[in-house]
Amino acid sequence: MVSIKDIDNIKNNLKGDIIETEIKSAARATITIKTDALIRAADYLFNELKYRFIIASALDSERGFEIYYHFSNDSTGLVANLRVILPKNKPDVESLTSMFEAANWIEREMHELFGINFLNHPNLEKLISEGNWAKGVYPYRKN
Amino acid sequence: MSKIIPIGPYHPLQEEPELFKLYCDGEVVKDIKWETGYNHRGIEKLSESKTFDQAFFLVERICGICSTSHPFAFANCMDEIAGVEIPDRAKYIRSIIGELERIHSHLLWVGLAGHFLGYNTVFMWAWKYREPVLDLFEMITGNRNSYAMFKIGGVRRDIENEKFPKIKEILNYVKKKTDLLTGAVMDDPVIHARTKGVGILTKEDIISYGAVGPTARASDVAIDVRRDDPYAAYPMVNWKVITAKGCDVFAKAEVRLLEMYESISIIEQCLDGMKKTKEGDIETKVKEVPAGWGTGHAEAPRGEVFHFVVTNGSSYPVRHKVRAPSYVNIATFKKSCVGQTITDATISLAAVDPCYCCTERMAYAYDCNTKDMILNGEEILKLSHRKTEEIRKQL
Repeated sequence: MVSIKDIDNIKNNLKGDIIETEIKSAARATITIKTDALIRAADYLFNELKYRFIIASALDSERGFEIYYHFSNDSTGLVANLRVILPKNKPDVESLTSMFEAANWIEREMHELFGINFLNHPNLEKLISEGNWAKGVYPYRKN
Repeated sequence: MSKIIPIGPYHPLQEEPELFKLYCDGEVVKDIKWETGYNHRGIEKLSESKTFDQAFFLVERICGICSTSHPFAFANCMDEIAGVEIPDRAKYIRSIIGELERIHSHLLWVGLAGHFLGYNTVFMWAWKYREPVLDLFEMITGNRNSYAMFKIGGVRRDIENEKFPKIKEILNYVKKKTDLLTGAVMDDPVIHARTKGVGILTKEDIISYGAVGPTARASDVAIDVRRDDPYAAYPMVNWKVITAKGCDVFAKAEVRLLEMYESISIIEQCLDGMKKTKEGDIETKVKEVPAGWGTGHAEAPRGEVFHFVVTNGSSYPVRHKVRAPSYVNIATFKKSCVGQTITDATISLAAVDPCYCCTERMAYAYDCNTKDMILNGEEILKLSHRKTEEIRKQL
């Protein structure tokens, strides 16, 4: 049974790294964390709490490039989104591929569509256009 | 001699064209590379120019086989953002459509798997028994595919109570034929020999790749969104999550076959539940969608479909992210195919259900150095058929 305690646990554990938290219900929450705390937070959710990594969504907003990392606790139904906000002039963030393979393709996709750089990714080649798209043009950016 | 065997990119019955390059040493696959994007339609970007109502028709066209999976997840997502509770009758109808789709999609897969192994009778049987399910869709929704049933706050059409006996009659027929197919597959020693121990995916692989659906459940990872994060009518009916411990192609077939029984049972219970609700009460009116975000997921025949939408109070999404189950399941090929022979690679690739019907027309083997063709697609498929024949003779 999903309980708000799940979210409170995550909040307590990541306390110093959290910028803001938005709780929509006991089963849905977005926790915005500092960019340099991403590895630590993802490690806590994936390796300690055994959450499943669903996918990541990037978004070009006024605040910068936002990345939502969606994690699911399949035993309760909680979907916890870890969010990082990257500055538009330097959209760099650590890759999670070394932690789980599921991040591999989506990071390549976000790199290709938004121009976000994933540091220490093993192979940041284009996933979709295989070189058929102009260099330095990112189709999902809003500008 | 090292060879590269490309499979793809165009498969008319596959949701997306894609190209697999099998790096082979003799008969054994040493590595696999995947290329895609041949038919990238920019649906996520396109959705930003559609109203929420229009987007339902757009996401319905992401997949041709399980065309209701995406509207289902999108509806869950939009209901969540709008904060709307849909009527029970609409919940039942949503689940019925979702389960009928699971039945026809799994039958389609059983047929294709049979074809790859050289069991064309299984292929013809399975596709024949799938037809009545499509007829049922036509009767209920007016369409054999792309049913256009979902909307924010409910469904677009009701299923009248007078249609229930006919639906149950067809389900009964499908159930009997599923018995036949299950018997044919589960008891056949040749199918055992061709699929057991082939295309192994361990629990650790499933977790690392984030694989979902029957692919995960066949490796004893009991995840199913219908149970884990209940939606529609699933919490109101009795059913169980089917898992298997084999981790191989046989286990995936087993899970899919047994899931069809659960689906039939769910539909029957939904129909009984619908009798207690008022005809025509299928929608909660939603006037506007507030600014915010929502995550919606639904268990499609191939696994979890995930939609993430960010809204700003207008009628259009700011961002609409879609993740289909094949996106995470296909990546497991790196684990399931490497170390296998070419003859087993086809069924291992097909095991996660990326609809692998026309491989034979696209695949060919060529020498890396001279670019001479060694095997064409038909010959690769023949290799697989020959292996089945050899096993059959030995038994």
